[in-house]
Amino acid sequence: MTASVLNFVVRYSPLLILALGWELVSRLGLVSSDALPPLTAVGAAWIDMMHDGDFLSNGFAAFYHSDLVVNGAASLWRAGAGLSLAIVIGGALGILMARWRAVNIVFGPIVEIFYPVPKSALIPVTIIWLGLGDGSKILLIFLGCMIPVTIGAFNGARAAEQTLVWSARSMGADRVRTLWDVVVPSALPELLNGIRTALALAFILLVSSELITSQNGFGYLIGSLGDNGSYDAMYAVVLTVALLGFAADRLYQMLMRRMLIWRQ
Amino acid sequence: MATVELTTSAPPSAARALHGALRFGVRIASVVALLVAWELLARSGLLTPYQLPALSTVLARIWHDAVAGDLVLNTWVTIIRAMAGFAIAAVGGVALGVAISRLPLARWFFDPIVSIGFPMPKIAFLPVIILWLGVYNVSKLTMIVFDAIFPVIAATVIAIQGVERELIWSARNMGASERELLWQVMLPAALPQVMTGLQVALPLALIVAVFTEMKMGGYGLGAAMMTASRFANSVGVFAGIVEIAVVGYVLVKAMSVVRRRLLIWHQEAAEPA
Repeated sequence: MTASVLNFVVRYSPLLILALGWELVSRLGLVSSDALPPLTAVGAAWIDMMHDGDFLSNGFAAFYHSDLVVNGAASLWRAGAGLSLAIVIGGALGILMARWRAVNIVFGPIVEIFYPVPKSALIPVTIIWLGLGDGSKILLIFLGCMIPVTIGAFNGARAAEQTLVWSARSMGADRVRTLWDVVVPSALPELLNGIRTALALAFILLVSSELITSQNGFGYLIGSLGDNGSYDAMYAVVLTVALLGFAADRLYQMLMRRMLIWRQ
Repeated sequence: MATVELTTSAPPSAARALHGALRFGVRIASVVALLVAWELLARSGLLTPYQLPALSTVLARIWHDAVAGDLVLNTWVTIIRAMAGFAIAAVGGVALGVAISRLPLARWFFDPIVSIGFPMPKIAFLPVIILWLGVYNVSKLTMIVFDAIFPVIAATVIAIQGVERELIWSARNMGASERELLWQVMLPAALPQVMTGLQVALPLALIVAVFTEMKMGGYGLGAAMMTASRFANSVGVFAGIVEIAVVGYVLVKAMSVVRRRLLIWHQEAAEPA
């Protein structure tokens, strides 16, 4: 027990050193406290943004009406909706492309053309189509995340062993059932890897589009706090987004291991 | 993505040329169909010209920009910016990756930083970078490097750790110095995976380059597109996406050509594409 705690401390001590360095550089006045507010001030600003009024008079509403929770919920809804659409539609497209040549002939070249498009360039286009609200951001995240999911599903489904497919068919499974019971599970590892790439992209596109234009969300909060010169609060939101991205990836990896536990 | 295979036996050269032309034709058919659909949909009156300007109008606008010289300047600025950031990230990422896998002190310090920094959306730090470095080239380049360096570091560390022990032992046995071991054995053996890391980093560098231009202005395709967007000039926006898409396509394709050239000695070059 103590050994593992010690291990943890040694492993993550560089982060502690960075945090201490940050605090010292700012406290000693080596850099202006506007450019780099002390980490403790950032922490205080974070706690400040996590409640609206105090808990005694407002109860639990103080938490869910707070700046961070309200804007965070708006952001997570956009990212979640766009990513879910991308997983469902992109995954289905990739698997169909791998199993039916006609689908591949039509969509293969289109996927290949869209793959290298820098997805941030779609921000102004989605604004033209769906305006400045949630719709344009969800569309952007959907379009950007779809390609890696499709490619993962395609590569995974194409590698499904043909003998397994034949056995399923000869044992009387129809096409749809074969697809669901044989092809999808064989495609799963690559599909899940594609979704992991998409998850990281979703955060990038979410924050980019919100920084360009938005009325709420993390990106909006970062921009407006920066414009007001509340740099300690701005740092607090930036770190929150960064840590959320990190946490989402770690949670997803745990989920992925769970889902692949049936493989050796 | 091979879509058609007409014959399995090796065809004579004329038939092979025909076969190649046919394959190419099938591959571009759906892209051409998409472009035609764009033109027809725009002309059908179902959408306003603001929502979807006709492809021909957009191409005319691109031609106009090209003649005026703006297109060349903006394309050049964006490519140079993205490639400079990518090059710094490539060299720095490989160097850091080698250091992490070879020096215990570097591993102790950088390993947790990389494992936390890689999955973070670094783009959220853009306002902080602007606060520190302003809105010009230095901050754009910093942001590109910050985003593109992590996949290179991670790929290099995994690649170097995966170099076959037998190769290292043989080289040592034959009297290779540490420097020779690194340059002549480890880096070449690590190259395929390092290239894969670079191929992840390049699209990221492009995404961030375009985004920083949109956010901070100045020259570049992203900035030009954002200006068009502010003036509700939808032809300009669609011209921008076509130009940026072409730049992205050319750079990503060039990268896979470089990979094939560099790894011509590797067994992957003999595998069917």
